Amino acid sequence: MNQQEQPADELTSAARSVSITVNGTCGQHYVQPRTHLVDFLREDLGLKGSHLGCEHGVCGACTVQLDGKIVRGCLVLAVQADGRRVDTIEGLSDSGAIRDLQQAFVRHNALQCGFCTSGMLMAATELLEHKPHASREEVREWISGNYCRCTGYQAIVNAICEVLTARNTARTAGATE
Amino acid sequence: MNAPDHRHLHDSPKAAPFTGDLKDARHIGQAIPRPNIERLAEGRGQYVDDMELPRMAHVVFWRSPVAHARITRIERDFARMMPGVLAVYDGKDLATVCKPWVATLTHLAGMKSAPQYPMAIDRACWQGEPVVAVVAKTRAEAEDALQYVQVEWEDLPAALDMNTALDPNTPVIHPELGDNLCFTRSLDTGGVDEAFASADVVAEATFDFGRHTGVTLESRCQIADYNPASGQLTVHHSQQAPHMMQDLYSRQFGLPEASVRVVCKDVGGSFGIKVHAYPDDFATVAMSILLKRPVKFVADRLESFVSDIHAREHRIKGRIAASKEGDILAFEIDDVTGIGPFSMFPRTSGIEGNQVVNLTGGPYKHKAYRAKLNVVFLNKTPTCQYRGVGHPIACAVTEGLVDLAAAKLGMDPLAFRQRNVIADDAYPATGASGIRLEVLSHEACLRKISTLMDYPALRAEQASLRAKGIYRGIGFATLIELTNPGAAFYGVGGARISSQDGATMRLEPGGGVAVMVSVGEQGQGTEAIYAQIAADAVGVPMHQVRLLTGDTDAVPYGGGTWASRGAGIGGEAVLQAGLALRANILKVAEAILNREASGLRLMDGVVVDASSGEALLPLPELGRITYYRPDTLPAGFTSELMVTRHYAQRDYPFIFTNGVQASYVEVDTETGFVKLLKHWAVEDCGRVINPMLVDEQIRGAIVQGIGGALFEECLYDDAGLMKNGSMADYLVPMAGEMPDIVVAHVETPTRSSVLGAKGAGEAGTAGAPGAVVNAINDALRPLKAEVWSQPVTPEKILRALGHI
Repeated sequence: MNQQEQPADELTSAARSVSITVNGTCGQHYVQPRTHLVDFLREDLGLKGSHLGCEHGVCGACTVQLDGKIVRGCLVLAVQADGRRVDTIEGLSDSGAIRDLQQAFVRHNALQCGFCTSGMLMAATELLEHKPHASREEVREWISGNYCRCTGYQAIVNAICEVLTARNTARTAGATE
Repeated sequence: MNAPDHRHLHDSPKAAPFTGDLKDARHIGQAIPRPNIERLAEGRGQYVDDMELPRMAHVVFWRSPVAHARITRIERDFARMMPGVLAVYDGKDLATVCKPWVATLTHLAGMKSAPQYPMAIDRACWQGEPVVAVVAKTRAEAEDALQYVQVEWEDLPAALDMNTALDPNTPVIHPELGDNLCFTRSLDTGGVDEAFASADVVAEATFDFGRHTGVTLESRCQIADYNPASGQLTVHHSQQAPHMMQDLYSRQFGLPEASVRVVCKDVGGSFGIKVHAYPDDFATVAMSILLKRPVKFVADRLESFVSDIHAREHRIKGRIAASKEGDILAFEIDDVTGIGPFSMFPRTSGIEGNQVVNLTGGPYKHKAYRAKLNVVFLNKTPTCQYRGVGHPIACAVTEGLVDLAAAKLGMDPLAFRQRNVIADDAYPATGASGIRLEVLSHEACLRKISTLMDYPALRAEQASLRAKGIYRGIGFATLIELTNPGAAFYGVGGARISSQDGATMRLEPGGGVAVMVSVGEQGQGTEAIYAQIAADAVGVPMHQVRLLTGDTDAVPYGGGTWASRGAGIGGEAVLQAGLALRANILKVAEAILNREASGLRLMDGVVVDASSGEALLPLPELGRITYYRPDTLPAGFTSELMVTRHYAQRDYPFIFTNGVQASYVEVDTETGFVKLLKHWAVEDCGRVINPMLVDEQIRGAIVQGIGGALFEECLYDDAGLMKNGSMADYLVPMAGEMPDIVVAHVETPTRSSVLGAKGAGEAGTAGAPGAVVNAINDALRPLKAEVWSQPVTPEKILRALGHI
């Protein structure tokens, strides 16, 4: 009995040229059409901060930003990022854009093994931008697309809630100055 | 949005303050953030799959698609012709360099298993067993070529149901073994029949536990790098026990021990999944040896579900006898558990069931106990130790029976437990199963949880809501957990797994302290607590301490991370090494300062006058003189600023911990859905080294326990194929459905060490299923329905209610 056969030559057809801005740096790259975005980031660019947990879009460990919106790096093809901007944990860390969130994660011990953390931070970053007044329950709901097997989630929720409050306080203070 | 969980109740009873050299300790016991996680928060970890080595090849496996088959033909030529392919191997190829193994332990008397090879030879025994390996220059090329591997097979009849595995008409998986029985054990204290005959109340139930698995977010992975020129094998491995793997690779491949190095850097979750020696571990090493180049194996999620160990598939018939006054008189259980077609190497698949026998009834003072255990082979994924190892099962059975007895007696379940637990002043004690208990605190924990959850108010709320047709339930689970194991676990049974661990400590010239420990980091915060202990033991600021773990070439020999031993055993080794280094530093100070060491102390990195506290010699100056100007020291004096100390717990087979959990749930009797409203845990892990880390580890363990209680199950069809082997179909707990968890501590330090720490990593998983299931049944009790089958799905609840 044969395994299901797939025409490999179609899958491995010639690499295409794409132009992708990754963490602010524009580059011309040659990628096979079948290459997933996260594999391109990890293997072609050496950006190992985005992790592969399931490769079928469930666990969220490979979450990155595509044109500022979070996507699953394992469900998007690299060619789909052609002409677009991709931001990863490396970029957000180096720019300092989420320093407060990362520090809150450290303070609250909101990560143990750290494998889910990059994706979790990406999801939390979008929550902080889109739902600045999220309730604790809404935070739990929002990050339910990102699995963590270590923490029990509570420290993650605490860290995100603390940053929501701090950013709101800072905004209010800014508005009244 | 205010977090309701910031109440850390670390009030009495607490561990007594340290004395002697440790009286200045200011790190141990503090909620200090982990120094090593900033890099993980920035995506700068280094997991195995992040590593790339020169000439590294990638292996993928063709795994058996059926439960049991005779392999009649393997056609590799087409795959070999694919681009980038370096080799295609079958089981016989790998058997030329790797010996087979049989996973038994001599102290589990009569245990048997069959020889197992890195890949199946002639016969595949479970869906997921590796049969053919394709090695290529890239992972994608290997996967492409895998499609061209052609395997022909004949289906063989399979043993798939543990309840019929020993029936005469069930096929015997390994005919040479005679039957499908891997291990059986009976325990009888005597007096059981008399206890049940004289009991006023007997309650019984059948408890089912769904087979589940660990789902580490990072899958199993390794890079095997054999260098034929040096004869050196280096394995970068996501693993919990590097020295155990070093020994196994050495023996199975006939390599000198010193030629094998195992390196475990960042590990993306382990939970026991990564403490076993898998066939594909050996296969990957074998291929590196055959190809003379590094080979990387990273399991994809679909193969993880059928090749990572499974656990916990048990059916237990249990009963309890009690007097009308409310005294538990006896427990009796009959346990059958289904493992894989082979006992798992090297810890065996017999331990989990053995633990169930040892632990059932563990918190209570009854004397009569009888247990029967059958561990049977099945054509399913092999099972082995997963977080909690038998505890979640023993606890759920014990506590379920306790609730049933309390209900029959009309007694409050908390009061019933308070009456029956072994009293706090009765230790050391021996449990009915024969387990030796050093010192526990059930009474203090039960008192504390009642206060913590405001139990009377919660019962009042439950009653008032019940009148409105809202069914809420409160469930308790009292538990014991074995931690800090001595050689009793594996060593006495012949397994070469160290129960001793060690720490090496070196004062650097600049005043820093390098600490090398044989227990590694999987995210629990092991390195953080070792830094806290080292800082206090030596007398330096914590930021001066640097940890190195997980490299067999660099750290002392030891057992690694399992059985909740990191804090208690590794921590004591660090403590003793730190005290020894402190003493040696003061000897150097004595030589430099020409003052008696007894009049000196080391505080915060400075040698001070013991009585006045006057600063005399900062460590960087001591280090400078030691290393760069030894000529200025007295003749015949040698500084010894690198020390090693080991620790093995030898006072008891295990140091037991205890605790109690409570769950508050609401059951929707229309849909069968369970909403977890809140969860409480009072835990006694002895001296708490870092409450923040312990609390979140307990919460994580509770959530894993809840996963097994409500969601997680490896579902098989009638042909022995796993039906839900993907992350989309196999449910694990998500943030949105988990409750806030309140954690509090009672501290009863073990007297078997100076540190006094016991383990904490598994108790959460041990107690959560029992507490949640008891809460569900408490909610259902007025409706005369009960569910003892985990995971408790909405369907099972609706069936119990008679709605479907």
